[in-house]
Amino acid sequence: MTDEASLNLFQQQEANRRRTFWLMVGFVAFFAWLGFGGDYIYHLYTLDAPRRAYHHDFPWLGIGLSLVALALAWYAYKTGPDKVLWSTGAREVLDPQDPKETQLVNVVEEMAIAAGVPRPRIWIVDDPDPNAFATGTDPLHSHVAVTQGLLDLCTRDELQGVIAHELGHVKNLDVRLMTTLAALVGAVALMHDGATRMFRPGGGGGSRDEGRKAGPFVLALLVVWIVSWILAPIIAQLLALGVSRKREYLADAMSAQFTRNPLALASALQKIEGAEAPTTHIKRGAAHLCIADPLGRRLTNHEGLFADALATHPPMAKRIAILKGMGYAELKKEGGAIS
Amino acid sequence: MGSLILLALLVVVAGWLIGAYNGLVSLKNQTLNAFKQIDVQLKRRHDLIPNLVNAVKGAMDFEKSTLEAVIQARNQAVKVNAAGPEAIKQISQAENALSGALSRLMVVVEQYPQLKATQLQEELTCTENRIAFARQLYNDTATQYNTKQQQFPTNLVAGMAKAQSADLWELEDQAERAVPQVDLSTKPKA
Repeated sequence: MTDEASLNLFQQQEANRRRTFWLMVGFVAFFAWLGFGGDYIYHLYTLDAPRRAYHHDFPWLGIGLSLVALALAWYAYKTGPDKVLWSTGAREVLDPQDPKETQLVNVVEEMAIAAGVPRPRIWIVDDPDPNAFATGTDPLHSHVAVTQGLLDLCTRDELQGVIAHELGHVKNLDVRLMTTLAALVGAVALMHDGATRMFRPGGGGGSRDEGRKAGPFVLALLVVWIVSWILAPIIAQLLALGVSRKREYLADAMSAQFTRNPLALASALQKIEGAEAPTTHIKRGAAHLCIADPLGRRLTNHEGLFADALATHPPMAKRIAILKGMGYAELKKEGGAIS
Repeated sequence: MGSLILLALLVVVAGWLIGAYNGLVSLKNQTLNAFKQIDVQLKRRHDLIPNLVNAVKGAMDFEKSTLEAVIQARNQAVKVNAAGPEAIKQISQAENALSGALSRLMVVVEQYPQLKATQLQEELTCTENRIAFARQLYNDTATQYNTKQQQFPTNLVAGMAKAQSADLWELEDQAERAVPQVDLSTKPKA
């Protein structure tokens, strides 16, 4: 590990801490905007109402929504790892039952030593498609999960590469940002569904057929407000996409640093790429946590504007090429040959 | 105005001093901790070997010499290890001898199907890997620490932080240093 790499690690951790903080602030601010915006519109709407009628003067909605968002953000940060693991139906490996599980536990312990972090808790997802992910809030509270498919498909060295990749995410605190994001995306989706149901069939919202004229300003504000309601889940989703791609290259590099064997990870990625089936147990909300896109690998096959906007993961071919490059450089340095 | 600039300069220098000093202290402790981790893994191996020997004993009575070498190397390593971390050269020598003996044992074990069926091989591989990775972490951290205290301008505070260059864990075993045999045939990997 060079001096520069360690500085990068420190900066990476700091950046992830900061980003998680701002993500939560942004989340609360967005809900505050929805709440207080709604209050303001309602306030303008009832401004010229008759003296006896209801005047919306106190921003109940804004205060209420902000508090809910604050509680949600805190809850998402605290229980994010549990929620992610629960959503995939993973089971924890406490007492390894067969040789494969023993090997997994051993490999995780070895890699935790190499990475200099405490041993994370280990989980297995009963899915035949090879995949893996890490979650947690910091190295002391972290989890590594692999699918049964990965255990069956990979050799010991390949498994080591994959686990080292996940511990790379743990060590530079990617897990904190990505897990919080996953939990918040879930929360936004939930809130949005609830709100849509409330808005549609003449629910609690204001009924528009009272014949009162609303000024163009109020109307414009209303449009912007409604548009943000509709866009909320899309924005959250795009955030999840953008945040994860660069990290995969970095975690690949950290895996190479921990195992000193980049070719093993390259061959593991090749095997994962070759397995066609999507990882059905891992849903959209947790896709950006995984080592390979669980939703299928069509988008990640090429780099381009379209793929850049929609894929959670960088092109697999490029990752493999970079790892192979590292491997050959290392072999050349040691004076060995490639079989 | 002049005194203001001087004051600002002083603050900057003091800030840098504190940062560099704390950075060195933190690296020093990381290095010590990484060394302790090797120790933990070595102790684990020492404790494991008696069990291992018992497991193997019945199955391979005519491979006595290999087994004896392991036991001897283990006892030697335990003795040297008690000397403490200052004796890093001797410890690494003894431990490398033990690694060598164990790897010869591993080769022998592979010839016994009834031993291969057990988790023996996985257990041995894992034990050796743990030590290798603990050593790798120690060497990486120690290198970083050494580089930091020798580089300008951090070397100016090195004395103040009582920084001393840490010894790396080296390979003493000539057999391990030899160029590995590489199979160039094109047969598929198992």
